[in-house]
Amino acid sequence: MKEASTIRVQVNGKEREVERGLTVDGFLERLDLHPGMVVVELNREILERDSYGRVGVSDGDTLELVHFVGGG
Amino acid sequence: MVEATIETARVLDGPLVIGGVELRSRLIVGTGKYATNEVMVDAIRASGAEMVTVAVRRVDLDRTKEEGILHHLSPDEFFLLANTAGCYTADDAVRYARLARAAGFNDFVKLEVIGDETTLLPDVQATLEAARTLTEDGFKVMAYTNDDLITALRLEDAGCVAVMPLASPIGSGLGVVNPYFIREIKKRLDVPVIVDAGVGTASDACVTMEQGVDGVLMNTALAAADGPVRMSHAMKHAIVAGRLAFLAGRMPAREIAVPSSPSKGMLD
Repeated sequence: MKEASTIRVQVNGKEREVERGLTVDGFLERLDLHPGMVVVELNREILERDSYGRVGVSDGDTLELVHFVGGG
Repeated sequence: MVEATIETARVLDGPLVIGGVELRSRLIVGTGKYATNEVMVDAIRASGAEMVTVAVRRVDLDRTKEEGILHHLSPDEFFLLANTAGCYTADDAVRYARLARAAGFNDFVKLEVIGDETTLLPDVQATLEAARTLTEDGFKVMAYTNDDLITALRLEDAGCVAVMPLASPIGSGLGVVNPYFIREIKKRLDVPVIVDAGVGTASDACVTMEQGVDGVLMNTALAAADGPVRMSHAMKHAIVAGRLAFLAGRMPAREIAVPSSPSKGMLD
């Protein structure tokens, strides 16, 4: 049987379908996010920015994408 | 006049040094709750603050353009102090602090662990626990706490680079409700004491600084004023005024009148 061309991941609390084989860098690009502007937590592990191009996104992963907003 | 205020303060007062970072302004400001980002930036510039707080939140994936604070505030112009606002457990606060550090600007964090939704008063036990974990992990922790001396001493022992007792509850604008405890904390700690939360207007900021503390952190007093930019100017002057009055040492208060002009030399 042929492997499905998409995977399902949980991103910021919502399920999303994305293409298989993306790195974190590629994943952020699909979401139109600049890698320098977000911090990525993959399955509760914070990723170093310089690993975004190496780490892949897999089926069932949970991602949190955070950034700085106004606060006191 | 604006520059003159900062200049006068620099000549008559030393800098505020927190965890090795030297600040000319004793006012630290938040970036939340402004009507627009333009007003926020204008108000912060008017306040003269060099250190500004920011919060860590999920990116809103439905409208990501321009909403991050970094689109408006340059990390080259301001020292970004990430907070753990909204966290109710030590574990959550540690998680948010680590996410903030991964943004790559500095290893400072404004630690805040809330214990009660109505008063937003801190959970001091959880704050202490998180402070210990974070300092061991190399963070420079500036800890928001209540006006309790024992907790303040323990936070200092835990390695916090600043202890930040509240003047009154977050966003209340009630001013310093317990100046005696604030003074006591300042007297007993070696690390900088920054009063965080509760200042409502310029006189509150001035009175707070007159207690001898090292600085004030505020957000709502500026953001919720009818004119945030004017209020920011007022706060900048009030902070300097209160600081210089403290350093000058006030005259003793007396409940009797004492004439200012000589009683001798009056005509018959």
